[in-house]
Amino acid sequence: MTDNSIDPTGVLPRRIDVRSPASSARLRARYRADTRFRWYGVAALAIATSFLAVLIADIFAKGLPAFWQHSLRLDVPLSAGIIDPEGKRDRTMLLGADYMGMAKSALAGAVPGIEGRAAKKQLNEILSTGAGDELRNAVVSNPALIGQTVSTKLLLSDTADLYLKGEGTRISQTAGTRGIATPSGTSGEITVLTSANDFSEALQAVKKDLQSKATALVAEADRLERLKSSEAAERIGVLRAEAKELQVRVDNPNSDESLDPNIPSRLVAINGGLVKVTKLSNSGITGGVILPLASASDAQPGTWQVQTYETPESNRNVKDAVVAYLERFRIQGQIEKGFNWLFFTAGDSREPELAGVRGAIVGSVLTLLVTLGACLPIGVLAAIYLEKFAPKNRLTDFIEININNLAAVPSIVFGLLGLAIFLNFFGLPRSAPLVGGLVLALLVLPTIIITARAALKSVPPSIEEAALGVGASKQQAIFHHVLPLAMPGIMTGSIIGMAHALGETAPLLMIGMVAFIVDVPQSITESATALPVQIYLWSDLPEPAFQAKTAAAIIVLLAVLFIMNGTAIWLRKKFEKRW
Amino acid sequence: MDMSISSGLRAIKEASVWAPTKISARGVNVHYGTKQALMDVNVDIPDRSVMAFIGPSGCGKSTFLRCLNRMNDTIESCRVSGSITIDGQDIYGPDIDPVELRSRVGMVFQKPNPFPKSIFENVAYGPRIHALAANKTELEGIVEESLKKAGLWGEVKDRLNESGTSLSGGQQQRLCIARSIAIDPEIILMDEPCSALDPIATARIEELMDELRRNYTIVIVTHSMQQAARVSQRTAFFHLGSLVEEGETTAIFTNPKDQRTQDYITGRFG
Repeated sequence: MTDNSIDPTGVLPRRIDVRSPASSARLRARYRADTRFRWYGVAALAIATSFLAVLIADIFAKGLPAFWQHSLRLDVPLSAGIIDPEGKRDRTMLLGADYMGMAKSALAGAVPGIEGRAAKKQLNEILSTGAGDELRNAVVSNPALIGQTVSTKLLLSDTADLYLKGEGTRISQTAGTRGIATPSGTSGEITVLTSANDFSEALQAVKKDLQSKATALVAEADRLERLKSSEAAERIGVLRAEAKELQVRVDNPNSDESLDPNIPSRLVAINGGLVKVTKLSNSGITGGVILPLASASDAQPGTWQVQTYETPESNRNVKDAVVAYLERFRIQGQIEKGFNWLFFTAGDSREPELAGVRGAIVGSVLTLLVTLGACLPIGVLAAIYLEKFAPKNRLTDFIEININNLAAVPSIVFGLLGLAIFLNFFGLPRSAPLVGGLVLALLVLPTIIITARAALKSVPPSIEEAALGVGASKQQAIFHHVLPLAMPGIMTGSIIGMAHALGETAPLLMIGMVAFIVDVPQSITESATALPVQIYLWSDLPEPAFQAKTAAAIIVLLAVLFIMNGTAIWLRKKFEKRW
Repeated sequence: MDMSISSGLRAIKEASVWAPTKISARGVNVHYGTKQALMDVNVDIPDRSVMAFIGPSGCGKSTFLRCLNRMNDTIESCRVSGSITIDGQDIYGPDIDPVELRSRVGMVFQKPNPFPKSIFENVAYGPRIHALAANKTELEGIVEESLKKAGLWGEVKDRLNESGTSLSGGQQQRLCIARSIAIDPEIILMDEPCSALDPIATARIEELMDELRRNYTIVIVTHSMQQAARVSQRTAFFHLGSLVEEGETTAIFTNPKDQRTQDYITGRFG
């Protein structure tokens, strides 16, 4: 009631002179600070986004090729004598036939004239060990095919596939040849002589390679010498001797050269065949025939070429002969590139081209079903009890704090817990989605309880009061009104928890879901693996094709995670009620 | 200030001369933990009339109102002692179930709180959980009657399936009244029912209370002394947890016995 606005001491309240230079300077400083802060935010966001972009781009660049697969189209005669000699069309008989053998003989027929065990073996290497599966499926589903010749897509091996995806070598070709080439035969070890020193460029290129190798050896020797290590003395001597030897070869520009796998391979394409050069001089070569020549007659200038496979053979997985075969098939249009359905329909395999994520996806799905079934009811009921019914006392506080602590426990500890309790104490099956799901349920339970409590808390108490006011019991008020309103929040929390569980690897390692399992699991007690564990397993394998598979599996995992999180957001937006 | 009170008084209907006591409170004390919120409250509330509780914020009038349907039971630290009887029956007695009690004593809250469901479902919820309707037709009858009693039927009869939260504030509050009278309680408690409403909506609710008091006992907590003067027959003034003075509304506003009542109604504090 009394007026206190006048200071009894008589000092007038201080005013801000908004027109003073100091004031406007302060104002400017404030705006500058605002702008600076905004830029900090933008910079932080840009850094985070660029990291994410680099990560995603890297994964996609590595993984996308794995979604495509090359195969070889060949006419395969399905001989009744091999598949079903008794003519009963018995299913087990049909399943057990040697389709791979048929595929191999069809392949041998497609490249005639390959002789020698080693060469035949190299030819067969372009086919996957699962190349016969396509044939088997076709025959089993349609036995009428037996006796016919069927044009079939035969799966290529991982090295062949990788080569076709561009991870082998570049092939370059001399522009034109000036002389008449004379081959000494059509197969085996032959010589090719030319009338116009057509091989001098190749020889010079080889010498240049040798020169750079010699330089590298000298540099290495110098480096070791600088280290002044006594143990290196012997090695330095070896290096210098090797360099000297190379230098002698380089210094004699017209001497013949032997080619080895450490320098780029040279091949001569002549009369429809291909000769791999082993010995090179200005006017002729000696080499082994990879693809047989049609004839041993003279080749006119320009009709034959010298090819170079630029990556040395020792630096790549794919052999020169395999490159030659694949290039031949490519030119003939027999190589087909298709979507790699096998990646989604097959289980794990030791052969990269046969390995798929189906087993891991099914394993993950089964595991998540167990997790959801275990932790959603328990989590939601626990949240309702804690939020709405539990007396507020020390015990409740203790439980609450420990639920929060549980959310921070490292996941590997949950794995150890699962190992000790579910496997050793209860004796549940190892490597099974049942145990994996239960362990992940332990992991996700705190998240679900915390989010469900937050969702319940966010429902205004007036709704509960209104229900109580018309004579509903507390339980009715909660189950009829509060819980339905909290449900979108609970679902969101659960889905995010599930997404967390989906990406979890460590606890699954502990309970043995890390085994190599080829079969797609059919039930929750069968051995299985999960998507992130599959990624972990593949990332460890030495075959380069598995690197791409790893990235592809990561893409699948990320896609599933994005879909799950997207669903969570969609659910929240759709069912969110406002009041 | 005196002028506005006396103008409000003109609206008062003739106070009931005698009515049987519906609710009787004797020596009611309420504690929240160690803090005492109500001290020795004694009051009789007559049947089929409007009783208003007035007083400054935090004086305990809402607390007392919530004792009448045991809504305070939901607050864990709250303890109630003393006796409150409805029709002579102790509502804190052992044979009384608070859930059953609340179906006899309806409540309307300060902020309109319809369920985020359809208008029909809002009103039908109470009859449904208490199994008051044998079939859908009967239920529809109850809903229609309740909405008519709450004066909302004409406005919503064509959109019963729309959400209750889509109505205006005043309509929402009348929906809440319809919801509470759908289970045909004996008493309706109103906790500042108009404080979130504009004057026109307030006037409608006040008219409604005047009609409802023919069938129900109404207890209203209000901050507006004009409202208390307009709608109630009896008024109780609470201050610092005690019931200071209670009597016929006309008497309280024109001739208060206690100095604190006098100060409050003339606007000296509060």
